Amino acid sequence: MTAPLLQVRNLRVEFNTRRGSLTAIDDVSFDIAQGEVLGVVGESGAGKSLTGMAIIGLLEPPGRVAAGEILLEGERIDNLAPEAMRKVRGRRIGAIFQDPLTSLNPLYTIGRQLVETIQTHLAMSHDEARKRAIALLAEVGIPAPERRIDHYPHQFSGGMRQRVVIALALCANPKLIIADEPTTALDVSIQAQIITLLKKLCRENGTAVMLVTHDMGVIAETADRVAVMYAGRIVEIGPVQDVIHDPQHPYTVGLMGSIPAVGQETERLPQIEGSMPRLNAIPAGCPFNPRCPRVFDRCRAERPQLAPAGKSQAACWLHVAEPNRGQTPVLMR
Amino acid sequence: MTPALANAKPGSGPGLAPDAVLRVEGLAKDFDVSRPWLNRVIEGAPRQLLRAVDGVSFTINRGETLSLVGESGCGKSTVARLICGLYAPTSGRILFDGVDLASLHANEMLEMRRRFQMIFQDPYASLNPRWRVTRIVAEPIRSHHLIEPGPALDRRVGELLSDVGLSPLDGEKYPHEFSGGQRQRISIARALSSNPEFLVCDEPTSALDVSVQAQILNLMRDLQREHGLTYLFISHNLAVVSHISTRVGVMYLGRIVEIADTRTIFRRPLHPYTQMLQSAIPDMSMSGKARTPVAGEVPNPLDPPAGCTFHPRCPHARDKCRELRPELLDFDGAKVACHGVHDGWIPIVARQ
Repeated sequence: MTAPLLQVRNLRVEFNTRRGSLTAIDDVSFDIAQGEVLGVVGESGAGKSLTGMAIIGLLEPPGRVAAGEILLEGERIDNLAPEAMRKVRGRRIGAIFQDPLTSLNPLYTIGRQLVETIQTHLAMSHDEARKRAIALLAEVGIPAPERRIDHYPHQFSGGMRQRVVIALALCANPKLIIADEPTTALDVSIQAQIITLLKKLCRENGTAVMLVTHDMGVIAETADRVAVMYAGRIVEIGPVQDVIHDPQHPYTVGLMGSIPAVGQETERLPQIEGSMPRLNAIPAGCPFNPRCPRVFDRCRAERPQLAPAGKSQAACWLHVAEPNRGQTPVLMR
Repeated sequence: MTPALANAKPGSGPGLAPDAVLRVEGLAKDFDVSRPWLNRVIEGAPRQLLRAVDGVSFTINRGETLSLVGESGCGKSTVARLICGLYAPTSGRILFDGVDLASLHANEMLEMRRRFQMIFQDPYASLNPRWRVTRIVAEPIRSHHLIEPGPALDRRVGELLSDVGLSPLDGEKYPHEFSGGQRQRISIARALSSNPEFLVCDEPTSALDVSVQAQILNLMRDLQREHGLTYLFISHNLAVVSHISTRVGVMYLGRIVEIADTRTIFRRPLHPYTQMLQSAIPDMSMSGKARTPVAGEVPNPLDPPAGCTFHPRCPHARDKCRELRPELLDFDGAKVACHGVHDGWIPIVARQ
């Protein structure tokens, strides 16, 4: 078996503040295989974007990787010098961010931005790079690319701009793309176009994607596997079908239940009481214990680790058989 | 009470259904997006108007929730702002309880304002960061002179905060001490403080996470039942809309293209745009399968297509659609503006 494309091992991200250090990501481990789409979901502040930023080495101070390691194709990238990391970023890992307007320089034509990126990473003449840029724009579905290449970002609509950003991320044929909320700023009809495009590109180029989003619908359609994050930790990870239809962790159960669906006529949506803890007040044991409907003593004392649960893995004491509790209880939806 | 308001009993207005709270007739709003005056003089550029809302009519009955959905730029938020009086309409009438808002004098308008309030999308931008929560929630009470400042007012604010699921003690805090969902609860408490009958909610849950969104939607339903509120709900999220609404209006480029009760519109979407919006909803159950991607984008509202504005994206468009603007007409329990539906060349598919 070949090694996974990306391995994240016991990643811990801390922020040093005047009142001591806050742990924003705590002991997060996962793999992404070649050509796989891993969805990362969670509420705002769960640490999903931060995980992506840590991988591409764009954590802003005072944030820093305090422990753990990140391996790309078996090679550590979390301790690279800034100059070496710049070569990885763009060449081997591409990035797509939420707001296509802030990812593009408004003062340069998109052609100039594409050509510059291509020439930074690949040994190409200006003319070759321009040809490649036009080909990329055609690939991401921009009509009349040979004319559009000389336009400025403001001359594109939101959906078209996000396509340009995807073209930028693809410039050097990276092995992995970190897509941080790529469709959140777009309308549903445009969202569907962008998702279809991302999937097609992954299939054709064998690119792996880490798709960070809070939209379960997008994950359901795109991802192969999904990781659910809560308070800086992965609480459940598994094949997308299983996590959606047979969630194991009580938090995932609550999260899935609270999504309204068209045609489902219920008076009230199931809701999770309370809100996610702040970073300076993460409870001991399982961070979800104060909101959990099935909490018991062990949850308040000991932190659960990811363990097999159903076809997924969940960090929950309910799934750890205890001698005095008999068998693993079955969670009902 | 002024004569105009004395007449404003439910159902006393001319030609109104017995329980219509709000009636909008031929509402239109133009925004002037011309270049600056000097540029126009030097370059000879013409004045340019953007028609954001183009002849919108609907009625909302007491106790119901009407939702307006559509993509960005379709004019749904402009309708909300027009109704709340944040913009003046270019043409058309807004009747609240049978009274034309444009006919009211300033002091009558103030009394009318008490009866409808607005909840905004961004709970970070809509609360004054320098005010304590008590002052924020009490502001409508003070500006309408409903309760004199003192212990009675404090009690009322405490009640309102409890109503929306916060603690009365939270009144001493500032907005930054709350999460997004809690801030939206404060916005709702403020909107309720003048005892309104009608709330305009402009994307109240779009900035929130799904689990928090569920809390706020449940709260809005509870309050609607307890206080007999009527909602105009603006959203781009069809799943949320299907959950909360009694009736749904779909907007495209400033016009309502289809309006029907929630069950009808989701079981049997008539207008090709409604069908398109529905097929674009990510479906959790069909994990792994692609949704039907929709071709094209919303056209530039400065230069809308002739005839039916949806025709460049419509798979069923014919010559008639390119030339003649369709009217919003009754069709089997719904109202729809589409030649294809009324002339029978678009197949009607009902889903189970």
